Amino acid sequence: MKVSEIIKKLNLTVFSGELVADHKIAGGYTSDLLSDVMGNADEGYIWVTLQTHKNIMAIASLKELAAIILVKGLQPDEDTLQKSIEENIPLLGTADEAFEVSGKLYKLLNS
Amino acid sequence: MKKYIADLHIHTVLSPCGDVEMSPKNILHYARKAGLDIIGITDHNSTLQAPVIKKAAKGTNIKVLLGAEITTKEEIHCLTFFENEIILDQFQTFIENHYSAIKNKPELFGFQLVVNENEDVIQEVDIMLSAALTISVDQLQQKTESLGGIFIPAHVDKAKNSIFSQLGFLPEDLSFDALELSRHHKQNSFLKQHPQIATSSLIQSSDAHYPQDIGAAKTAFEMADNSWNEIKLALKRMDKRKTLFI
Repeated sequence: MKVSEIIKKLNLTVFSGELVADHKIAGGYTSDLLSDVMGNADEGYIWVTLQTHKNIMAIASLKELAAIILVKGLQPDEDTLQKSIEENIPLLGTADEAFEVSGKLYKLLNS
Repeated sequence: MKKYIADLHIHTVLSPCGDVEMSPKNILHYARKAGLDIIGITDHNSTLQAPVIKKAAKGTNIKVLLGAEITTKEEIHCLTFFENEIILDQFQTFIENHYSAIKNKPELFGFQLVVNENEDVIQEVDIMLSAALTISVDQLQQKTESLGGIFIPAHVDKAKNSIFSQLGFLPEDLSFDALELSRHHKQNSFLKQHPQIATSSLIQSSDAHYPQDIGAAKTAFEMADNSWNEIKLALKRMDKRKTLFI
């Protein structure tokens, strides 16, 4: 499944709109500890988090993640948004809590 | 240059996890016993106990740095210090404006007491001091700098509540006066894994929650005297001032 399909199905906010969201999603990971994500998320994963610091984009780039979803209606910091555009990794948002959006994602990716 | 022995990370009876024995009198007694010349008072998200300890240290050879250990919204612990009570009070107001309004449960987390020099309780803080503030690490750094304070990310070698555990790596544009290593840091192991921080100014301190832990880790400051400006220069390693592990 592609990021663009997930955006549509989960009605996600697209913070970095000009990006082409055609990355293919290999799986998902939910965590707010960036050191943990660095160690455990795999290439092509979509990452669910409440952290808005710009370091999330560096981690996503390092791990070659497909996209990041910010939960609970959180807005990215200005420099985080800038990095998302530079790194060409979609930064998305939802009003859902991490538990809810992770459940929905799990269902979509495993159906 | 003179050498001053410092432990800049000491909790008091005000921290929920701080032992009830961490009164001004006891802290100064154990600091003297450990041969400390400078101590930093750093309760979780509050500066209220620090001025009492500074006052109690008058007439002794111990210099007390007024500060706090702040938990940012990323749950990073950072030490902050300020030159005097007036600036500290401004910082306290800033902290109080960013509490996340969770009440403490003393029976679960411990009491949060401010005591006077005679160990009488003068205030009980009801907001949960161990909960994160609503500000980011960058906002905390900027506020501390704007008040002329000292900003030190705490126990960077720890697997929790350190800038590395929470943000994965040190953001390259974050300014700081020094990085703190915990008392458990052994034989430069963390420094070997993170060679880029070996060139930063580093201190090591005890993070004492119990009197007997005061001075369990310490740092030597080489500087002309123990004034605020000299301490800042030593942390910045300017004008031949410096800090050394001991």
